[in-house]
Amino acid sequence: MTTATLRAPATPRRRSRSTIAPLEFTRKRWLQAIIAFNFVFLYFPIVALIAFSFNDSKRNITWQGFTFKYYDKAFHNPALHDAALNTLIIAVVSTVVSTILGAMIGLALQRFKFPMKGLYDGLIYLPIVIPEICLAIAMLAFFNAIHMDLGLASVIISHIAFSFPFVAVIVRSRMSGFDMSLEEASRDLGANDWQTFWNVTFPYMVPGVVAGSLLAMTLSLDDFVITFFTSGPGSTTFPVKIYSMVRFSVTPEVNAASSVLIALTLTLTIGAMLIQSRSTKKMNANG
Amino acid sequence: MVERKSIISVRNVVKEFGGSVRAVDDVSLDVGEGEFFALLGPSGCGKTTLLRMLAGFEIPTSGEITIDGHLMEGVNPNKRPVNMVFQSYAVFPHMTVERNVGYGLRVVGVPVAEIKTRVTEALALVKLDQFGKRMPSQLSGGQRQRVALARALVKRPKVLLLDEPLSALDAKLREAMQLELVRLQKTVGITFVIVTHDQNEALSMADRIAVMERGGVRQVAPPSELYEFPNCRFVADFIGKMNLFEGKVSGVRAGNLEIDVRGLNRIAVPFAGAASGDIAIAIRPEKIQLDAKTPEPDRIKLRGRVTELAYFGDESHVYLENETGVSVSANLKNAVRTTTSSISIGDELWMSWSPSDTLVLSE
Amino acid sequence: MEDWRKNKRVFGILFLPPTFWLVFFFTFPLAIIWVYSFGHRGPLGQMEVTLSFEGYVQAMDWTILYIIVKSIWIAAIATAICLLLGFPLAMGIAFAPARYKNVLLLLVILPFWTNLLIRTYAWIAVLRTNGYVNGFLGWVYGLLDGFFGFLGAPDALGGFEPLQLLYNRRAVIVGIVYVNLPFLVLPLYATLEKLDKSFLEASLDLGAGQWRTLFSVTVPLAWPGIVTGLLLTFILALGSYLTPDLLGGPDSIMIANLIQQQFGPARNWPLGSALSFILMYVTFLCLWLKAMAAQREGGVSY
Repeated sequence: MTTATLRAPATPRRRSRSTIAPLEFTRKRWLQAIIAFNFVFLYFPIVALIAFSFNDSKRNITWQGFTFKYYDKAFHNPALHDAALNTLIIAVVSTVVSTILGAMIGLALQRFKFPMKGLYDGLIYLPIVIPEICLAIAMLAFFNAIHMDLGLASVIISHIAFSFPFVAVIVRSRMSGFDMSLEEASRDLGANDWQTFWNVTFPYMVPGVVAGSLLAMTLSLDDFVITFFTSGPGSTTFPVKIYSMVRFSVTPEVNAASSVLIALTLTLTIGAMLIQSRSTKKMNANG
Repeated sequence: MVERKSIISVRNVVKEFGGSVRAVDDVSLDVGEGEFFALLGPSGCGKTTLLRMLAGFEIPTSGEITIDGHLMEGVNPNKRPVNMVFQSYAVFPHMTVERNVGYGLRVVGVPVAEIKTRVTEALALVKLDQFGKRMPSQLSGGQRQRVALARALVKRPKVLLLDEPLSALDAKLREAMQLELVRLQKTVGITFVIVTHDQNEALSMADRIAVMERGGVRQVAPPSELYEFPNCRFVADFIGKMNLFEGKVSGVRAGNLEIDVRGLNRIAVPFAGAASGDIAIAIRPEKIQLDAKTPEPDRIKLRGRVTELAYFGDESHVYLENETGVSVSANLKNAVRTTTSSISIGDELWMSWSPSDTLVLSE
Repeated sequence: MEDWRKNKRVFGILFLPPTFWLVFFFTFPLAIIWVYSFGHRGPLGQMEVTLSFEGYVQAMDWTILYIIVKSIWIAAIATAICLLLGFPLAMGIAFAPARYKNVLLLLVILPFWTNLLIRTYAWIAVLRTNGYVNGFLGWVYGLLDGFFGFLGAPDALGGFEPLQLLYNRRAVIVGIVYVNLPFLVLPLYATLEKLDKSFLEASLDLGAGQWRTLFSVTVPLAWPGIVTGLLLTFILALGSYLTPDLLGGPDSIMIANLIQQQFGPARNWPLGSALSFILMYVTFLCLWLKAMAAQREGGVSY
């Protein structure tokens, strides 16, 4: 070995006794500060919006008193009523159709191989990755070209087009964990195709289908860009209506309406999460 | 035993996780300079936690660790005179072998020319001379381990820590690597501390072993002392195999302990010191002699019937049952080349051993 | 996985209806736009289907190109800010004690579940002239003013001028960062989480300091995840419509707004279609880059 020695400190440098281990970054004060800042940044606008929907003042940013009157106003706003109703109709119809279509193709993709499947895979993911504006104007041009009026139907069709691939992805990933030998066992015991599907395959699919449908519903309820371009005068949706109210001026009434929408979508998404986690737990318990 | 200067000194070290779980419970030990020291124990005994505290990746809840005469409290891992070889080797996948080995020298500003010389030396030491430009993904597990060794040794630490170094290797490679590590340690001359759950590894490689159980150190001794003179049931059971008999002390007479043991009746065992009450004795399988005729009177004896025979090529393990229900296992060396066994199932045989071979275990 | 021919009937039932929808109500509309991008804008603003490159030529016009470049610039800056904020956040969550990780992740994702429109316009109340930021600054100003007055020099600071924080590029960037931050944090967190911590420990053990370890070991090993997060965020930022629409001013109009104008008041469908496809091509390019990076992710381990 060479005789050159490593420059070692006579006494290793010591910091004051600290109880933070080298990789416990999250316990360091400055990182905690950055994380806190991030969360304040993320939550302040929304929390302020919800809080000020209860503020008894039209435009002031100072707190004038707690009131429900803007919620009252929002609930009695006929335009908002119509918008809410439209949103609901569109959401329900498009969710049902999206779920069915999405489940079908999700199952098909997981189960079968066919020529040009790679290409088809890319195609089915396209609605998910494409910028919304591109899809929105494409639908607009489409309805224009086939001389179809813009109304509830055009919105529903567009919503289905962009949300069923999401359902397909979820169902497909759910089914990838399915043990095919269960189906074989069922047939071995004498069941036909339909019985096998209904009694063996479908029950396994259900959590994926439910999660997918909740996602499709959320996407439809929340959508703005595509709806904006494909809705006509009589088919304004809730987000589109809020948009026009915001364009006019940001008032507590708008905040109230928005808070309602926030509450609704949060409930749905948390519901989807709980269902998914509970079904995974059950599946794990059953081995 | 060689008197060595203590290079690692652990004093009353405790490590608590989450307030109630004590992974390391009041451990004190010394590691001598130039020693090959092993921390041995079942999983969960705290050996890895103790090793990580030596390296600086865990901070003791209380107690002191001194390395090379300096207190390690508040000293970061990168400032300690120790280096570690991780269980997964942690060879950086995005660097060549050379750059991996040179990493520790680069980050402290060693001049480039010196890095080159020392890296070449280190690679030669672990017999990876021609592998400098390869990427880790092109190496086998054993080769990656040697890169990890070279990377640590090139820094000439006072102590090298190794976390379960042989667990990821297959059986044949493991034995070769055991010899290799001992050879390496003797060549380089630095202190090695390894953590292992495999008693064979510890017995064959280490100068001294600390046997740990549930956070505490039960015994620290050279391998032969641990095997032949374990100080408690746990150590006797963990290291090697043994046949355990429960008994009661009936008295001390003339340097012997007299014990009443079920199946053996009264036996006299050489014992220094005093003991009373419930006690256990044990005998290692290879110390038992099997005979058809009655053994000498000065031997401790037991009669039994052969219930099972397990053939291992170089030796056979014979399982016998005594009429009181006690079962014993004995090891026979197959010293004669033959395919016919001298013992068969159902044989009635005498098992006997010399009293001085008996292990007395009070706890 | 079965071959489709083995069970043509079932395959047909499952495959045909969704495919019909996909082709007729998705691919076909996109094809129409593609055709229109080669169309010609008639004198009355109507759409004439011919073969002309005027749409694309107009897209190359400096005024349009300027907006495209500016959009890319805004998206890039916003992505960079997301990285600056998001990387420490992802590190913090990845190295947090196990019991806090899920909670922290949930907190990061939760705002994402609220409506994009609402999330965006919430900033109006924060940034406008009599919004929260200016209100806060005004309050601080008032305190300082009172303080100086106490020292005997009233009006030393002059009158309070509220900052013009809204309807400009700054606001748009803040809005885009706000909306897209989770898209950077989540892939980054996933990669950092999977990283074998012993690489970092080995680096520290060998003598490197924390920052050296970060740049020599952590970042190179997490690189595919970082690139994925960056590209994803950039794609989303580039296609922003609502944020520049609500928070921006004339200096911060982006591609999506420009496209909308062509299908709205400006009635220049060929240009709008051409722009639309340009945006899609850029998106696909980024996705392709992302796929390349994701392939390399397999090489992080052995």
